[in-house]
Amino acid sequence: MSIHRRTRPAASVYAEKAIEVVIHLCGYSAILFIIAIFGFIGREGIGFLSTHIVGMFTQTSWNPTHDPADFGILALLAGTFWCVGLSLLISVPIGLGSAVYLSEFAPERTREILKIVVELLAAIPSVVWGFIGVMIVNPMLQALGAQVGLNGLNGAIVLALMTLPLLVSLGEDALRAVPDSYRQAATAMGATRWEMVWRVLMPAARRGLLVAVLLGVGRAVGETMAVLMATGNSVRIPTSVYDPVRTLTATIAAELGEAVRGGEHYQALFGLGVILFIITFFVNLIAEWTLRGNRST
Amino acid sequence: MNAPSPAPVVSAETLSLWYGSFRALNGVSFDVTHGEIVSLIGPSGCGKSTLIRCMNRMNDAPTNRIEGKLHVSGYDVQAKGTDVLALRRDVGMVFQRPNPLPLSIRENVLFGVRLHAKHLSKAESEALLQESLEDVGLWDQVKDRLERDAETLSLEARQKLCIARLLPLKPRVLLMDEPCSALDPDGIGAVEELMDRLRGRYTQIIVTHNMQQARRVSDRCMFMLMGELVEMSPTASLFTTPRDERTARYIEGRYG
Repeated sequence: MSIHRRTRPAASVYAEKAIEVVIHLCGYSAILFIIAIFGFIGREGIGFLSTHIVGMFTQTSWNPTHDPADFGILALLAGTFWCVGLSLLISVPIGLGSAVYLSEFAPERTREILKIVVELLAAIPSVVWGFIGVMIVNPMLQALGAQVGLNGLNGAIVLALMTLPLLVSLGEDALRAVPDSYRQAATAMGATRWEMVWRVLMPAARRGLLVAVLLGVGRAVGETMAVLMATGNSVRIPTSVYDPVRTLTATIAAELGEAVRGGEHYQALFGLGVILFIITFFVNLIAEWTLRGNRST
Repeated sequence: MNAPSPAPVVSAETLSLWYGSFRALNGVSFDVTHGEIVSLIGPSGCGKSTLIRCMNRMNDAPTNRIEGKLHVSGYDVQAKGTDVLALRRDVGMVFQRPNPLPLSIRENVLFGVRLHAKHLSKAESEALLQESLEDVGLWDQVKDRLERDAETLSLEARQKLCIARLLPLKPRVLLMDEPCSALDPDGIGAVEELMDRLRGRYTQIIVTHNMQQARRVSDRCMFMLMGELVEMSPTASLFTTPRDERTARYIEGRYG
């Protein structure tokens, strides 16, 4: 018996090849972009970092336009981590709590509606969150006794609200990925719903939940507009939640416009960009490692 | 039916269950005495799993409706005020696929104790741990790696662990929903041997697709068909001299 195979027209074969090539390029473009971005920031910033790195971590003040200029970034780093840390204290309990509610307690209809609302929350532009910080959180904090309503706590509250959607939706995914057989086992042993969540689901989903938190951290570290508006923009190492602070991101956004292109100040801001990039890169890397560990077990 | 003595540990009286409008159980009545092994056989969808899931209230859903009476280990299972958590403490369940919890071997065995008997001392719980693992024949195998993740065990050992974790609570009834269907022949042999070892101390109700298994392990056998309990007889007589024509056809392999 012979097999008759119709040959395809050459044009169709080439079209197929072309599509394949385009798809490959799309796939690799992400790598290309990341290299290009790092190259761009690095070109402007690395030179500055290599000459000023010691001063950045030993000088206490950030006065890039003074003569001589001070490029101490400790206060900026402190501002960033202060805001992010405080925001986690707010967002992690609320975010994981609502993830648990959505995944384990909410009736199907409620769950669907809430998920849509949470996703809407994620769609609110950064600058609108800044407005909320200025117009709503600001007077509230003043009413609670803060001298200045625009401060680290305000920034943290705004950041927490901004990272909540990510935490909720990734946290919920992590919990729902836990096999039902665990739920059945725990239920059949007489666990209440809460005992099941606490003793079985949380440990089972711990890696996924940690990844959710880490990606939230990455998001919070890089957030700019809202913190610029809400934190009060005062470069200092905070000692109280009511102290105004300034973050790395806000510094770049606020000062880049007035820095002389190519000048020392300009390069210093790109140096901050490199540091920011390194921080978020490591946070994401840790998240990725955590996720991989999850797959291997 | 004349009342068996001592009092039955499981007793159903014209028990019916509807999943929505589908009638999954149809007037099922039977008694099980303490310590015996009862197997439940019948074709897929005949209501075997539904029936045992009634006994520890694992198929509570708003769309399910239940009529009739069911008493298990002294609890009126379907009554409104029944303490479901306490019932489940008395009535353990083993599932088709071994489902140890994502915890260490030790914490798997002690999971029930941690839930229900929080006052136990370390020494008491260690004793329970050893006793339970010895009962299922796992102690020698795992005693040096109690902190390891339970999911590192073989499938057979995992299923034994799933039985072991029920024992610290001193349950009266063990419900087993096709406990061997995920295991290889060696595993099946080992788990059947374990059931035999637990005979007398616990009442075991075993759903199985495997008629040979029902024959090997059970004292009495229930044959179900389309939600009805067709026949419940001592295993030997059910397989040799079935009372009902439908049972005879099933065990001859004409359907199912």
